[in-house]
Amino acid sequence: MTTPQNAKVQTADHEKVANAAGGDFATFQGAQVSLADRLHQFFHQYPVAAPTIVLLAAIALFSSIIGGRFLDPFNLSLILQQVTIIGVLGIAQTLIILTAGIDLSVGAVMVLTSVIMGRMAVEVGLPSGLALCIGLIAGGVTGWINGLLVTRFRLPPFIVTLGTWNIFFALNLWYSQSETIRSQEIEAAAPLLHWTGTAIDIFGARLTYGSLLMLGLFVVIWYALKWTAWGKHVYATGDDPDSAKLAGIRTERVLMSVYVVAGVLCAIAAWVLIGRIGSVSPQAGMMANLDSITAVVIGGTSLFGGRGSIFGTLMGALVVGVFRNGLALAGVDVLWQEFTVGALIIVAVGVDQWIRKV
Amino acid sequence: MTTDKKIVFQARGLVKRYGHVTAIDHTDFDLYAGEVLAIIGDNGAGKSSLIKALSGALVPDEGEITLDGKPIHFKSPMDARALGIETVYQNLAVSPSLDIADNMFLGRERRVPGILGSVFRMLDKKGMHDEAKAKLAELGLLTIQNINQAVETLSGGQRQGVAVARAAAFARHVVIMDEPTAALGVKESRRVLNLINDVRAKGLPVILISHNMPHVFEVADRIHIHRLGKRIAIVKPDTHTMSEAVAIMTGALNPEDHPAGAYAA
Repeated sequence: MTTPQNAKVQTADHEKVANAAGGDFATFQGAQVSLADRLHQFFHQYPVAAPTIVLLAAIALFSSIIGGRFLDPFNLSLILQQVTIIGVLGIAQTLIILTAGIDLSVGAVMVLTSVIMGRMAVEVGLPSGLALCIGLIAGGVTGWINGLLVTRFRLPPFIVTLGTWNIFFALNLWYSQSETIRSQEIEAAAPLLHWTGTAIDIFGARLTYGSLLMLGLFVVIWYALKWTAWGKHVYATGDDPDSAKLAGIRTERVLMSVYVVAGVLCAIAAWVLIGRIGSVSPQAGMMANLDSITAVVIGGTSLFGGRGSIFGTLMGALVVGVFRNGLALAGVDVLWQEFTVGALIIVAVGVDQWIRKV
Repeated sequence: MTTDKKIVFQARGLVKRYGHVTAIDHTDFDLYAGEVLAIIGDNGAGKSSLIKALSGALVPDEGEITLDGKPIHFKSPMDARALGIETVYQNLAVSPSLDIADNMFLGRERRVPGILGSVFRMLDKKGMHDEAKAKLAELGLLTIQNINQAVETLSGGQRQGVAVARAAAFARHVVIMDEPTAALGVKESRRVLNLINDVRAKGLPVILISHNMPHVFEVADRIHIHRLGKRIAIVKPDTHTMSEAVAIMTGALNPEDHPAGAYAA
């Protein structure tokens, strides 16, 4: 096949001039020069870097102010315990936010599934393993409902989960009859539900199985996001759903899977919750929704979707935990803890805006 | 010119209606092996709908599409891709936050062999990166320093390069390019036109949708003129001038009145 020999069109003169100017088309190299540009590129490429630096700075700050009491292994492991529930919910929240959604129902799903687990084991008398499984399935079902409303009915995730937050919470009050299941009853009927609260002591640190479970989940989801096609599709769907669709990704199916996985993760958070507080209370975890979003945002994941890292959320949760713990040890009034967390959120979003600029 | 007269991709009587609007009105379409076929038409003539029907992004209400003589029914762009038809969309359909290799393999990722791949679904990142590099080099696009660079850090022309490389690398039958030079500068456009010639040289037929008449007349073997939802003429760059093509396209000239004769197909 030869090129068409149409004499009518020659390479136009303006092109000759442009070609004479030399230079390459598509040289794939950045010509970054200034330090600010380099920093920008670094943070852009490694979204986990910024929250990690903040975490290290916070640890340095509080160890210099408070000293040994803060750095004590027991205190550090206490911080880890304190962030475990929000950490697990944060994983679910990160997945949703990566798809450019938001999930306001995570806290309600957690409480509802904890009540289901507790009642199935204590009131119905099922084996605790089975009760746990039913709770996890119920979590998946709540995610499926959210996912169905988002994908099939094309409603905005914010509105969907605002609605289901109330619905799941109401179901939780109805099913629990607003009654708390006491810790002793759970211990007697279903010790498995307390497993996540069981601690092992290492060098003075008290690590709960719940914390280890959380760290394990972070690794699993990190692997899924980084090393599987599903993870690439989650990012692509959040980044630009139309492009993703044209590239052949079934974005609706990806969204659905994300919501279901998030629901199951909320149910795992319920298991961690039972282990941590011992009892099953329909009023527990009221602030968990917003705290999980806080962890994700401080962790550097963009609310506009497609950008962020799962370990950023762990860092974000730890930053909040370290500030709360450090300020409390320093004797600062609890209201200033809230103030600090609020300021951190705004700074984190500001930094994200800067990083997202190309 | 088109010595090889084998039709590889064909449509007969395609119709697509959106409510009261008929976007495709009983149009025909033919693509010969190894040619560059340009599709031109005014805004709203239904070029995009036709292209979407041919690339699987839209399911026509009526009509038949055949590939190598076999009837085909696309339900999604995936179906078209599975049959070796690759499309470079006007918006490029790249994911800005993913890197170059990720984008080239988006939707057709490869997994490592063995249990890691089958059970743990682990991606063969190294293999995909190496192949992406090789494909870019093949098209002369390899002045890449870092193939792990996110696509959003690339210029418009570079992104176009990635999108074209992706299509050229995976197409087995047809490459469709929708306005590939619309957003590009002079030198970058030149490079894309060269890429089109390279793709044809590989033996792949190319469907080129463009508003840029000089570009169309330079690279196309035949020009399919679309008007009011259907093909009204096929002209060749060596039998018609740009102004005649534009006149037919806008309705100023009736193709049947033209001595050189339309419907050259």
